[in-house]
Amino acid sequence: MTRQTTVEATGSRLGTGLGTEIRLEGVTKDYGLAAPAVDDISLTIEPGEFMTLLGPSGSGKTTTLNLIAGFETLTEGTISLDGADVSAVPPHRRNLGMLFQNYALFPHMTVAQNVAYPLRERKVPKPEIARKVAEVLELVQLTGRDDTHPSRLSGGQQQRVALARAIVFEPKALLLDEPLGALDRNLRAALQTEIRRIHREVGSTFVFVTHDQEEAMNLADRIALFNNGRIEQVGTPQQLYAAPETLFTARFLGDSNVFELGAVGTGGTVAWEGESWGVDPETVAAHPGVRAAGAIVVRPEDVEVAGSRDAVPVGANAVRASVRDVEYMGSYRTLLLTVGERGLLGRARVSALRGEYAIGDEVVLWWRPRAQRIVAA
Amino acid sequence: MTSQVKTRRRPVAVDPVPWWLKVFGGLVVAFFILPTLFVIPMSFSSATTFQFPPPGFSWRLYENFFTNPVWLDSLGNSFLVASLTALLATTVGTAAAVALSRLDGKAARFARTVLMVPIVAPSIVVAVAVYISFLGWRLTGTVGGYVLAHTAIAVPYVLVSVTGALGGFDQRLLKASASLGASPLRSFVRVTMPLISRGILTGAIFAFIVSFDEVVIALFLRSPLFQTMPVQMYNSVTVEIDPTISAASSLMVLAVTIIFILPQLLRGRAGRRQERRP
Amino acid sequence: MSSNKIRWSGWLPLVPALALLAGVLLVPLGKTFVRSVSNPDLTLANYEHLFTDGVTMTVLGRTALTAATVTVAALLLGYPYAYLMTRVGPRARGILLVVVLIPFWTSVMARNFAWIIILQDGGPVQSAFELIGVHDVVLYGTNAGVTIAMTQVMLPFMVLPLFSTLGSIDRKLLLAARGLGSSPTAAFWKVFWPLSRGGVMAGVMLVFTLSLGFYVTPALLGSPQQSLVAQLLAQRTTLLLDFAAAGALGMVVLVITLVLVAWANKVGGTVSALGVVATGQPKERV
Repeated sequence: MTRQTTVEATGSRLGTGLGTEIRLEGVTKDYGLAAPAVDDISLTIEPGEFMTLLGPSGSGKTTTLNLIAGFETLTEGTISLDGADVSAVPPHRRNLGMLFQNYALFPHMTVAQNVAYPLRERKVPKPEIARKVAEVLELVQLTGRDDTHPSRLSGGQQQRVALARAIVFEPKALLLDEPLGALDRNLRAALQTEIRRIHREVGSTFVFVTHDQEEAMNLADRIALFNNGRIEQVGTPQQLYAAPETLFTARFLGDSNVFELGAVGTGGTVAWEGESWGVDPETVAAHPGVRAAGAIVVRPEDVEVAGSRDAVPVGANAVRASVRDVEYMGSYRTLLLTVGERGLLGRARVSALRGEYAIGDEVVLWWRPRAQRIVAA
Repeated sequence: MTSQVKTRRRPVAVDPVPWWLKVFGGLVVAFFILPTLFVIPMSFSSATTFQFPPPGFSWRLYENFFTNPVWLDSLGNSFLVASLTALLATTVGTAAAVALSRLDGKAARFARTVLMVPIVAPSIVVAVAVYISFLGWRLTGTVGGYVLAHTAIAVPYVLVSVTGALGGFDQRLLKASASLGASPLRSFVRVTMPLISRGILTGAIFAFIVSFDEVVIALFLRSPLFQTMPVQMYNSVTVEIDPTISAASSLMVLAVTIIFILPQLLRGRAGRRQERRP
Repeated sequence: MSSNKIRWSGWLPLVPALALLAGVLLVPLGKTFVRSVSNPDLTLANYEHLFTDGVTMTVLGRTALTAATVTVAALLLGYPYAYLMTRVGPRARGILLVVVLIPFWTSVMARNFAWIIILQDGGPVQSAFELIGVHDVVLYGTNAGVTIAMTQVMLPFMVLPLFSTLGSIDRKLLLAARGLGSSPTAAFWKVFWPLSRGGVMAGVMLVFTLSLGFYVTPALLGSPQQSLVAQLLAQRTTLLLDFAAAGALGMVVLVITLVLVAWANKVGGTVSALGVVATGQPKERV
């Protein structure tokens, strides 16, 4: 079968539904513990979107996915697919594909039998099953392994079989529960690319759970960042990285220098350990918490390093620091710094070409006010 | 070995199995096996009593066992009751084991304990209670009565062996199955059952043996028209002094030995389970 | 509520098993109990009779003594055997295990019949004693004969839980004790024995409670003059047709058994040990 026919076949799949809208409203799951596992979450996942639920373990992201899949029952709120409330629909009637971290392939069935499973459950005629299985196995590049048992395959191959099985029945959406967590680094990267490609080809809605921020950034159209059972922030990876609303978001996505401020007034400057820093109003988060307690976040790549205050341009914010360690990363170096009187840990990324730094060097860090971000602490 | 550095003794295994323990183990093995083996020479006896050693060789007892309708009927009855018991106990016991594997909490633990009660409850007390009730319900001397009573005491054996098999069963496969559109019942048939079939089969065999061998309850439920083989064996010792029992006993020893040895041999030949084709 | 529905549907597959158990076991036991305390008014007379009829208490005492003897004998034979099982190679262990299991699953009637042959007047045991000059040893029809046969019948119930427990004890602890200066004997008693007490408890309780209610062996090998409680119970039911009195005695035996099992379960986990016995599949040693 040629590439062309495969695309046509998946194209016909696309025709059945260009992805499904998943809407969560006031979703709460309370196990009766100290705090609800998922606490009043509202989120709309657009048709065909690649949404990543990101967060540390125990933040409620997996519970949320299980609620969407129907493996957990809602304590409060509703979940609807394309406007239809599915809160009371059992998982096997929700028509959602799911990918698990441990693959969850049926060990007593061959690859082809595994992939045919959802089609047989839907009473699809035999010739059509054979055709669809062949198509989808080609899509995941496992043609010819039909009669192999899953235990004979590598982890990456097993996950591709699981992926084929989860999309072959044209589900309304695909839910992925840390599907790459068990794989090693190189394989992860390869499969991330593969999953993106399949998302493009199938055009279905994907909801991807991970605790790995890098993976989330690589894959997602949008990220919903979870913390303590709530959604901290929703946005594109760029938005979350460049314009975090809270300190949690800033710290979870990438490295940052953090200066905690206390209350942030409406004036043009803020004070930190005797330094007076200019504020660009555009960089202040809209989050209401920022007025009561804020923090300045500066990414390491936005920090410049100078030998003394004289070298700092006018209008830049500056602070004294000393070099604690230097990490060589190839094209650039990361300086680990001790900042201010209380010895805060700071980071600055400098070009490998510029200057030499030794441990103990006294330096001045500076950045433009528009490079910083003031977030809710 | 470090402990031998100081004391300059001959090097010996640090932790040997003492010879007297091996001898003792051998004696216990003999105590386990030898007594039962006495029934085999007895079964070829030419005597009409339980006289030992047998006065002469004869096939007469086997001939009698396979031609006397009293023995044959009781054998047939036992097979009937044990088969139906195995079927019923395996069905309800497997369902219970699967349900319990997915439940937890006090109530589930209590249910499991309750289902295990028939193993610890003295069979004579069970027999008396069942007898008194079944008399009123007109179930004594009926196939149904035997099957119901035997199923109650066989369910724990199925429960334990299926629970054991479920211990190695990945419950996440059921999630996968549900996400692929299979109802809980379909998931059970297509995923759970094939993967725990060994435990179910073991449970069924145990249930069959429990019923086939059960004598106390059967003694109370018997009627002149319907009795099982253990009851006939009991009669042949207490009432009839019929040495045919030694032929019956030998056959049962042989049967159980085969049932136990056969799986061992099959397991050796089947090799790695992962290579198994459905 | 949908969540309630799901919670209850999880219990649904348990219903047939529980219903069967209730109908066949719990209801008859309940009815037996009700009958034992009604005449037809509420009365404890049947229970008082147990203490005053001069027979029941003697028989109960004899039964307890027999059960205790069987238990001690089974422990003395079973502990070293189970210990040996944990010390030999996998192949030998498999053989020792099958040796326990085959008689365990062999027809109870066949095994009791075998003991009749062995212990009867003129049987091999008597002949063996004749050889060493002791005459007229006929154990058939005596409590001693019953005890010996019951020990053999009960031994698997001792060996299997013991094997399960002993196999899980880390032998390096023994070597450590030796390394710290204990003699092999001292190391055994100070380290191994205390760690094995859970299994001992389970085996002892199993054998004792099962022996209390044992019927076939005493009925076939014992004498009517030396009857045990199970025989008394059967006699009152089928010969005297005194269901109320039999029910009272049955309740006493059942309660003693269940109390002992519950207590042992609290101390040493007998119910899980029962699982081991039930299928003869001790947990694999890791």
